[in-house]
Amino acid sequence: MSNPLAAVGRIFLSFLATVGRLSMFTGRSLSAVVTPPFYWRLCLQQMMTIGYYSLPVVGMTALFTGAVLALQIYLGSARFGAESAVPNIVVVGLTRELGPVLAGLMLGGRVGAAIAAELGTMKVTEQLDALITLQTNPFRYLVVPRLVAATITTPILVLIADIIGVMGGYLVGIHRLDFNSAVYLKNTFDFLEAMDVTSGLVKAAVFGFLIALMGCYHGFNSKGGAQGVGKATTDAVVSSLILILISNYFVTEAFFSQ
Amino acid sequence: MTDTPRLELIDVHKSFGPKVVLNGLNLALSQGESVVVIGGSGTGKSVMLKCILGLLHPDQGRIRIDGEDTVDLRGTERERILTKFGMLFQSAALFDSLTVWENVAFGLIEGAGMEREAARIIAIDKLAKVGMGEDMAEADPAGLSGGMRKRVGLARAIATEPDIIFFDEPTTGLDPIMGDIINNLITECVQDLGATTLTISHDMSSARTIADRVAMLYGGKIIWAGGVDEIDNCGNDFVDQFIHGREDGPFALEVT
Repeated sequence: MSNPLAAVGRIFLSFLATVGRLSMFTGRSLSAVVTPPFYWRLCLQQMMTIGYYSLPVVGMTALFTGAVLALQIYLGSARFGAESAVPNIVVVGLTRELGPVLAGLMLGGRVGAAIAAELGTMKVTEQLDALITLQTNPFRYLVVPRLVAATITTPILVLIADIIGVMGGYLVGIHRLDFNSAVYLKNTFDFLEAMDVTSGLVKAAVFGFLIALMGCYHGFNSKGGAQGVGKATTDAVVSSLILILISNYFVTEAFFSQ
Repeated sequence: MTDTPRLELIDVHKSFGPKVVLNGLNLALSQGESVVVIGGSGTGKSVMLKCILGLLHPDQGRIRIDGEDTVDLRGTERERILTKFGMLFQSAALFDSLTVWENVAFGLIEGAGMEREAARIIAIDKLAKVGMGEDMAEADPAGLSGGMRKRVGLARAIATEPDIIFFDEPTTGLDPIMGDIINNLITECVQDLGATTLTISHDMSSARTIADRVAMLYGGKIIWAGGVDEIDNCGNDFVDQFIHGREDGPFALEVT
């Protein structure tokens, strides 16, 4: 009969080992970011893959989130006669929270999975070993372009998502809730502060870094064949989504305490 | 000719948990020599290559390249040693995101820092050496047959004209005719370069074509090594069973 305490201990040790491996991977990745050679062409390619090709899914998410947010806030605020707060709450909710978090979650699914699957396949087909034998550091060649591209493009995507989301709320406000167009826009921009947008963009950069890091880490550590790559992909998505939600709290806390 | 072996493994040990894979492996290759290491599946042939390349760290022992101990080399020092090597992987390990010529030229562009246009010219030349025309240069590796992938892998392995080339089961998964073509290409390319080669293989036909010397890996160490012309009368029961592919023999006894 197994000792439950021993089982808990094994799980805890396994967790510590994973944290240690991830810390070493992160350290090697950051070290590679600041040491040449830099693969600028690969960074630009990844910016296209991660940023440009994610625009439709992020845009659609933002549009309908903004629209639904306007409807829900209207329904809720009508209970105490505060319907005029719809534009204000929509813009703050989107820029501070829903824009970066929802874009991060969508990117975690789309980009995190793609990175883990690609690098995992490279691992199990010996392409990573081939890179090393060809005197190319896989961290500089594969990890750095993805980390840099995701960290730079995610805030840009979130900025666009913020604009589209506000537009979604605006369209519902004007056409469904009978707001005056000029009043809606005035309330939106008068209420918005630079810190609202800035905090969202900082969150986005953190989320982008975490998504790429999890994709690369799980891809590099995939084992076996197709099943191993599948597991790496699932682990990358799940871990990046959880880390997005956890880091969201701490970044919010950091801005909130200022 | 110098007495220093081009490549030397001395008492190399490597285990994965309780599983001992290499258990005091000794092997030396001299300049221009072609050695084929044979052995059953899971006997540590690929682990031996990975230890030499620094992809795995041996638990014990020394690995010398041109007399230089390389086991503990890291970073740029390891990259300097790796410039001496070329490798044809079992699955060819071509980069799917690059075209055929970019795969062949990868070591020249990324490793040696050569301009793309100059590297492309060399890549086309190496592709010609393995019987592939310029029309294949822009092809996507994912669309190539197994034999074609091996050829591209071979062209990539020789592109930087390395001193030492490894071939990891070069004919596995190929039909006998394509296998023979690859064997002959390997022999021709290696003779052109004057490189030292280490091949791991199950394929005795391949071993007889490529090798100057054959070594049998079993139980984590070399249990027999000798000239390719000696292998049929070596008097080693393991080698005898392996080269004739017989069910009965010391390998079978271990299985039961």
